[in-house]
Amino acid sequence: MTAPNSRLRFDLDAIAQRIGGQIGKAAGPSRVLDIGCGDGALMAALERDYGADVRGVELDPVKVERAVAKGLSVIQGDANTDLCNYPDRSFDFAVLARTLQTTNRPDQVLDQLLRVADVAFVSFPNFAHWRTRAALMFGGRMPVTNAIPISWYETENIHHVTVEDFRALAAEKGAKITREWNFANERAISPLGANWRAEFALFELSR
Amino acid sequence: MTKARVSKVFLLPEALPLDSGQVLEGAQIAYETYGELNSDKSNAVLICHALTGDQYVASTHPITGKPGWWERMVGPGKPIDTNRFHVICANVIGSCLGSTGPASIAPDGKPYAMRFPVITIRDMVRGLVALLDGLEIEALHAVVGGSMGGMQTLSLAANWPTRANRVLVLASTARHSAQNIAFHELGRQAIMADPNWRHGDYYGSDARPDNGLAVARMAAHITYLSEEGLTQKFGRRLQDREAKSFGFEADFQVESYLRYQGSGFTQRFDANSYLYITRAMDYFDLAEEHGGKLADAFAGSTARFCLVSFDSDWLYPTAESRHVVHALNATSAKVSFVELSASAGHDSFLLPHDQLDRVVRGFVE
Repeated sequence: MTAPNSRLRFDLDAIAQRIGGQIGKAAGPSRVLDIGCGDGALMAALERDYGADVRGVELDPVKVERAVAKGLSVIQGDANTDLCNYPDRSFDFAVLARTLQTTNRPDQVLDQLLRVADVAFVSFPNFAHWRTRAALMFGGRMPVTNAIPISWYETENIHHVTVEDFRALAAEKGAKITREWNFANERAISPLGANWRAEFALFELSR
Repeated sequence: MTKARVSKVFLLPEALPLDSGQVLEGAQIAYETYGELNSDKSNAVLICHALTGDQYVASTHPITGKPGWWERMVGPGKPIDTNRFHVICANVIGSCLGSTGPASIAPDGKPYAMRFPVITIRDMVRGLVALLDGLEIEALHAVVGGSMGGMQTLSLAANWPTRANRVLVLASTARHSAQNIAFHELGRQAIMADPNWRHGDYYGSDARPDNGLAVARMAAHITYLSEEGLTQKFGRRLQDREAKSFGFEADFQVESYLRYQGSGFTQRFDANSYLYITRAMDYFDLAEEHGGKLADAFAGSTARFCLVSFDSDWLYPTAESRHVVHALNATSAKVSFVELSASAGHDSFLLPHDQLDRVVRGFVE
């Protein structure tokens, strides 16, 4: 997955294409903050393919080191506490891919995203996917699925969230959902019945 | 003893203005270079040394005969690759290995001693910038420094923002804390309490304030290590004996080690230089120089920054690096930061560390 020319993970690929499509409308390079950027795969693609000015935040020092070794600007830090250090609207886009469910207060992190950037992308595993529901309903055990692959006692996910929950949170925050993607088996699916059918969801939001 | 290898020496063509308002006339800077400077002079990397460091970053030290202090980082194929980069490392103003300092001869023909003007980190960097001017290097590919070298690196980025394209700061800080100053004061008092110090006028005599300087070095050395590192290395093991002596000899290995560090240091360092350089570090407060707001220090910079801290460093702990990172974020500078795990404390930046190597290589390239 980290090979230099390998394809981006599907949710990151959708974000890269969406940001790429909007770049060039503003003067100067578009500024992107990738929170929970891992080893910087999305950042590298955005810089390489679209000339974006990309910054990253990542908690795991091993991943930070890999990203810095690639020449990317990544700060070891925590989405829960560090976003407040960025000035208002200092980015055009903020990305929070598969990280929301690991934060202490997802609602506050969403506030921060929409404060530091004009447009925010948030992706997460959908806890209302039918496999997850089935595991709970029939097995009575915490689900371990493709989308939620780690047992409850060692997962970093502390706030499981569903597509419907996220829509409700966005509405409560007065954030506009300007676009939504749903994925199953690593492919985009129609939004029809997404709360049942989507393993992952990706939202684009703005104030 | 083999004859000491003599560094290149740059004579400053003009008097060096100092933060104190004084000027230093006829100063010289001793420096070493490694690797070839390319035709458009765009591949120069300046390495700034720490408090008791020197210009021998990747060549044998003329007094101790030991390898350069960062030989593992600087050289052909190494993270700072001298096949690609022209590495410059200079002895700072105030020090004692060829650059003008308190042991140098003043215009009146006698050593400066305590008549040497008090200098600051920015004054040291003024000297380094004068050297770059002399070498006709307009913009450095990178400036790199750890500890006090990191302070110089930050000072260069803040005060001469067009002179370096990349700024790498290891285990450092933008200001000296009260605790940092306290430890330095302990060292200075140890030197000044030595009867051989004689208000700094010891240069003509055989009796030097070696005892005071050794104690200063021992105290400082403790701050460079971590409790975990010391425990791993020495524990409570006894040195060359089966039982405690019930006296004040160096019973414990850690005591013996510190005494060795202290006495070795007096062979290669000047006590007055130690006073002046620690003072410069204590005065360092980059925010204060820029109206009290650290972010303003970097407002004019277009350089890329990278800061590295070590989790066991209690001299310049991670919070100090984060403080700089936040200021850089506030000015929208391109900045990377990572806290690396290491058990050796502040000294970790000088010791083998694969992750550090990869970060340095990746950032400098």
